[in-house]
Order: sequence, then C-alpha cells, then structure tokens
Amino acid sequence: MNRREFAKLLGLSATALSGIPLGVTRAVGQTKGGTLNTIIQPEPPILVTALNQQQPTLTLGGKIYESLLRYGPDLKPLPGLAESWTVSPDGLVYTFKLFPGITFHDGKPLTSEDVVFSVTKVLVETHARARGTFQRIDKAEAPDPLTVVFTLKAPFAPFLNSFDCTTAPIVPKHIYDGTDFRKNPANAQAIGSGPFKLKEWVKGSHVHLVKHEGYYRKGEPHLDEIIYRVIPDAASRAVALEQGKVQLTQWTDVELFDVARLSKLPNVEVTTKGYEFFAPHFWLEFNLRVKPMDDKRFRQAVMFAVDRKALLQRVFFNLGKVATGPVSSKTRFYEKDVKQYDYSLDKAKALLDEMGLKPGADGKRVSIKFLVPPYGEIWQRSAEYFKQSLGRVGIDLQLENLDLAGWAERTSNWNYEMTCNLLYQFGDPALGVSRSYITANIRKGILFSNIAGYSNPEVDRLFEEAAVATSDAKRQELYTAVQKIVVEEVPIAWMVEQDFPNFIDKRLKNVITTGIGVHETFGAVTLG
Amino acid sequence: MTSASINSGGRVFAVALALAGWFVKFVAVVLVIATFNFILVHAAPGDPAQVIAGQSGASDEKLLAQLRAEYGLDKPYPIQLANYLKRVVTLDLGYSYRQQRTVASLILERLPATLLLTATAFTLALLSGIILGTLAGVRAGKWSDTLLTIVSLLLYATPVFWLGLMLVLLFSVQLDWLPAFGYVTIGVPMTTLQRMGDIGMHLILPAVSLAAVYLAIYTRLMRSSVLDVTHQDFIKTAKAKGLKQGRIIIRHILRNAMLPIVTVAGMQAGALVGGAVVIETVFAWPGLGRLIYDALLQRDYPVLLGVFLVMSVIVIALNLLTDTIYRVIDPRVSVRAAS
Repeated sequence: MNRREFAKLLGLSATALSGIPLGVTRAVGQTKGGTLNTIIQPEPPILVTALNQQQPTLTLGGKIYESLLRYGPDLKPLPGLAESWTVSPDGLVYTFKLFPGITFHDGKPLTSEDVVFSVTKVLVETHARARGTFQRIDKAEAPDPLTVVFTLKAPFAPFLNSFDCTTAPIVPKHIYDGTDFRKNPANAQAIGSGPFKLKEWVKGSHVHLVKHEGYYRKGEPHLDEIIYRVIPDAASRAVALEQGKVQLTQWTDVELFDVARLSKLPNVEVTTKGYEFFAPHFWLEFNLRVKPMDDKRFRQAVMFAVDRKALLQRVFFNLGKVATGPVSSKTRFYEKDVKQYDYSLDKAKALLDEMGLKPGADGKRVSIKFLVPPYGEIWQRSAEYFKQSLGRVGIDLQLENLDLAGWAERTSNWNYEMTCNLLYQFGDPALGVSRSYITANIRKGILFSNIAGYSNPEVDRLFEEAAVATSDAKRQELYTAVQKIVVEEVPIAWMVEQDFPNFIDKRLKNVITTGIGVHETFGAVTLG
Repeated sequence: MTSASINSGGRVFAVALALAGWFVKFVAVVLVIATFNFILVHAAPGDPAQVIAGQSGASDEKLLAQLRAEYGLDKPYPIQLANYLKRVVTLDLGYSYRQQRTVASLILERLPATLLLTATAFTLALLSGIILGTLAGVRAGKWSDTLLTIVSLLLYATPVFWLGLMLVLLFSVQLDWLPAFGYVTIGVPMTTLQRMGDIGMHLILPAVSLAAVYLAIYTRLMRSSVLDVTHQDFIKTAKAKGLKQGRIIIRHILRNAMLPIVTVAGMQAGALVGGAVVIETVFAWPGLGRLIYDALLQRDYPVLLGVFLVMSVIVIALNLLTDTIYRVIDPRVSVRAAS
C-alpha cells in the first residue's frame, strides 16, 4: 500500500489526492525544466541580500540577486553581470563592461547606473562587510549604460575580490532611489536580476522561486523552479534527504554525525567543495586582557595541549583539516612554513611551569570561564573536548551556556575569558583575516572585530602594507612574514578549517562550480 | 409598574454592572501582564542587533546603531515601555523590523495552522480520554483497566519529539502512508477539495503525536474521577431504583465526573494558541509555537510581546468560557459563585 491508497482507505476523499504526484514531478531524461527541492534553515528574515547578510539569506538570495563577478574554486574572478573588466596599472581604476540585455525581475533594464547606485549608495549604507571595501571608492561613474568605472582613493588589493553576490548584490535604482532602504515596501518582492525570482513565500513553510524569463544568459536557467523548504528539525531534514523529498543540502542542514550514514544513500553524492570563498576557520578565542592569557607562553601551552587531530576526527567527523595559522589553506597567501604545535602535554606543562603557573593541591593551575556559543551540537562537543584536554595540563575550564543573543552580547563587549568562534575568510586575508588581529579593529560591542584585544605594531604594519600592495608576489611576501609572527604569538588558538557537506542528488548537474558553492545563481544547474 | 418589571430592570442593571466590572478587571489584568512581559523580555541579555550581527559574520558600529534605532532600542526603557503600553491600549500590536511585517499579520498568518493542529489534537485527546477513562473507571481492577492504565502511563512518559520521530519512521519512511513533514504539498496545483485532503494527510501524524500526551492525562484524570463518583450515595440510589447501567454511566456518573476534566481542559486550552513548539519543529509545521521560539532566540521583541499579549487575552477569554461550561454541566454552580 502506498500513500495514495492509504489516503483512499482513510476516506480522505477517494478523489482528493489522485491528482497529486508523490515524488519529483518530471519525466526522467530531460535536462530542461524541473523542480529543485532543497532546504533553508533557519528561515531568513528577509530575502534582500543588500540589507541582511545572515547565512540563509545569502544562500537563497544568491538566486535572486547577482553581482558583477563570480569566483572559481581558486578564487580567481570570472564573468558575472560583467562580461569583462580591466584594472589600471596603478591599481586605482577598475572598469567593468556589463553583458547587454540584463533585466530585473520587473522587466526594467539593469544598467551601469544601477551598479553605481547599489555600490555607492546602498551597500556602503547597509552592508557592514561591503562598507569596509566600498568606502575606499573615490569616484564611481557610468559613462554609458554598459560601462562602470570605479576610481579608488588608494590601491586596495582585494577590491576585485569583492564583487560576488554575497558582498555586492545589485539592486534596482528605480525602486530604491530616494527611499529608506530598510523600510522600502518593495523588500517583500525582492526584485533582483538573478535567474530566479520570488513567486511565493509562506512564512514557516517554504520559499518558492520560479524562472526569470528575461534572464540575460541564453538558455539559462534550466530549472523551472526551486523550492526552499523550512525544516527546523535535523532528524526531519535527514528523513527528507533519505526519502528524496529534497535533492540538495548545504551548510549545517545535515548534522555532522549523520554524514557518514547518509553518504551511503544510493541516490546522492557528497562534496565539501564550494566553501572556498568563506573558508570557515574554527578557533579558540582568548581574552588577552585577562591573566594569565596575556602571556604568550600560556597560549602556546593551550596549542600544545589540544590534540587537534583527535578533535577533527571525533568531534568534526573528519570534515575539515587541522588549521595551522590565521590564513586558511583553502585561500590565497596561505603560508605553511610556520611554527608547528604538535600535540604534546609535556611541552604544554613545561611552558606553564616556566610561567610560574604551578598546579595546586587539586592539580589545577588556573580556572577559566568558557562561554559555549549556541550554534549547535559541534560547538557543545568542542567545548567539552577543550575542557577535557586542558584539564589534563591543569587548566580548569568552567563551561557556561548562553543563547546567541547572550553570547554575542558578552563576547563583543569583552565580558568573557575564553570562548570559541568560527570566522569566514571572504576570499582574501585583507577582508577576512586581518580584522581579527589589527589594533585599529579593537572595537568594543562589535562582533568579529579584534575582540581578543591583540596588538602588535609590526603585525599592523604588515597587514596594512599587504592590503594595498599591487603585486601578488609582494603580498605573499608580506603575508608570509605576518603569519610567522602571529603563529608564534598565538593571539587566537586556531583549531580546524571546517568543511561543510553538500548532499547532491545524482540527477543534478553543475551545482557546485565556484568558490561560493551553494550561494551561486544556479542558472546552469540541470536536473535529469 | 408591576413588581416583575422592576425586578427584570434590576437584573439587567446588575448584569450590566457585572459586565462593566469584568471589563475593567480584564483591561487591568491585560495591562499588568503587558508590563510584566515587557520587563521579562528585555531582561534577557543581548539584543536583536547583536543577533543579526552574530548571524552575518561581520559587523560594525554603524550597522548596530542603525538596527537599534530601527527597533526603537536607542531610547530609555521607561519611554519604550510607555510607547508599548500606548500601542496596547490602541490595539496596535506593533511592527517587526526583523521580518518587515506587522506583528498582527505575522500572527494571523500562523494562527490557522496552529489552531488546526492544536484543536484537532485537543479534541482527539479530550474525546478519547473521556471514553477510555470512563471505560477504565467502570471496569476498575479488571484486565482492560490495567491495560489502559499501562498504555496511558507509557504515553505520558514518552517524550513527544521521540514519539513524533518514531511515527515518522514507521508511517512515512517504512510504510510510506503519510507525509513526514510540512503542512501541504508544495508546488502542485490542487482544487480546494484536494487541498483539504492533502492538509488532512499532513495533519495526522503531528496531531496524533501531540494528542498522545494530553490523552494520557485525560484518561488518568477521568478514571479516578469516575471511580470517585461511582462510590457516592446517589449512584447507589440510582442502582436501587433499577436504572440500567448505561443510563447510570451517562446521566449520573459521567456528568458529575466531568467537572475536573473541564477544569484541566480549560487550563490547557491556553496552550492551543501557544502552539506546540516541539511538534511544530519535528514536523516543520508552520505554526505560532515556532514563531514564538524563533522570536525569542532572535530577540524580536515586538513579535514576542505581540504573541504574549494575544495569548493572555485568549486565556482570559477561555477562563470565562470554562466558567460558563461549569454552569451548563452543573446547575449548582451559580453566576455568583463562578465570578
């Protein structure tokens, strides 16, 4: 008996369900058309990526809003809305040529005016991450409808790495010009220029996207529609994948402990590719204002005392790589020749002894409060793992659990001793790495700033020079130097370069093609 | 004027006075509750701006200042409270900047799904609880009573999320009889009739899971209540008069045994609007419970306060309804005694 026969048995009207298909709605063998069912969790508050950059907003909004460029897995720029681009030799003038015939979902054309407006009026106002980059623009011009010219105040190396759809979504000027962006009623319609447009959003249930007929890339999008289902429970998400009700998962949709089991499903394949742009770095955060964490030897002892390979295997189920320093090995300018911290309880104890931090009668040298961030299972397990590991060398961690609002309040206001955190690298050390180490970014009340309070003039200088250097060779040299210093001083104890699994139905093609993975437009995705 | 008309005029006046008094009490209680809600909600550490920053992976002063100004959090607490109470009095539930919607529309959007789920589960639990409890009560000590008691204890002790997941494993994954989650099949054109049938199919598992716990409570309560009444003198009298067993159970035992059930059911009916966070989460049911839970984690104050307010009003109204039901079931309870 299947579901339809069961419905008849129940008398929920013999005819009621006869017309409703149970699985995927399309004949096999076609590559044109079809419906992609996937998951979005937690449910985003709004879909306008220029106004909200929470993870689910960016994943879903990537289909609706496009930007000038895309980035390959190696983070090199590829054409997006811009067909071609040039950079002046002094690194100050960036000229982009748009593809002809781009339209917004309301049918109006997208021109260079929209690009200039989005970057210089909207994003610098509403997008914290984009603001850091785009406020360096001195002049933005639109000499003709297909040409955009940005002139910078001073060279900024990662400028060309800032035009992905999560950093620089292009919004329609005719809708937002002269309005209060956040209160614009058109936010509900989420008008962008991406291959998919919003058809319906039933809060708490699903977001239904359909094909944008006027999309500028010939033949795209291949899919007719994408349905993002809100499934808040992890076990239910696993069932949805097992039953083929969804054909794609991303980020933390599948709990890490379920990955090995679900990888055996015959109809899906798993990849951890497509997170290169974000390159999430998981680490232990110290408050350097609190003794004994102000002492470099203490922090080095922590690095020696945690068996990071075991952490990766047992807590992260091998999804990731041991982190060796501040820059992720997935991004550019990574330096692997730095001080190594192999697992060694003896070295850790020796360093603590040398500091004069002797164990008391109960074997404890020092007691430290540890805030456990509320991001889920992995975080709780990691905190417990740190407690055990550090306990072996006499560092007693007192775990304290908070919800997100409480945790954010405490850490950003430096009201913590130790915690852990996950930061994205955003494709370039000047965008995602330096922010945690430079003195200028010690800002109370601001998350993801230099909350540890680390300050070293030499490190400041190297990061600053690397950000404005115009040749990659010069930048590599500066970043190598800074990585060596920072790894020696351990302002942050880097643990794991975390991977996230994407489960992809085998009938889906071209899903993960770039360094932003599931945030990509999906115009090229086919089912069949 | 006859004495009768004076009398009835006096009664109308008395009822009007009682209603007016009740209304004043009602408004006072709502305002006190609203103030408490406000203080409680703002006592939790952190604010919505921090949450949004925390989930965005990047933040700066300007973003926080913008968000706080937008939420009205840049003003001192007494002014925020005064503004809030002013809105309550004018029946304005406020605006959720996070969701870019009025709170009233957010609640109204979620209410039907929640009411459908909780009312179905509640009715299911109440009816079967009364029937099973009565059966167990009149057969006290026999094997059928023991079996019912064991089953209801087991149900009562089972965590509701586990029960939900097990039902999904059996009926959705193994047998494929029922959908595992969701409210309605998405993206398929349906006639109204088809849509109703489809929602009905989606409703079965969550409603049964949710009903299970309540069912256990009502069964236990009804059983002991029936046992109590069975040993009273008027039942002996009824038996002595030679009344049939069925008539004794329905007319005499049931009617008297119902009062405790009505009391408990009246109290639990408040949960009808609160939804059922756990069941709504397991079955991805788009109800109010999840709206509240999400709003709490996100410190979406307007939504939280709005939902709390609506719930407290409904609970007060339900209490009044419970009082009325008392009077219908048991004429000895007078208007005075109940009010």
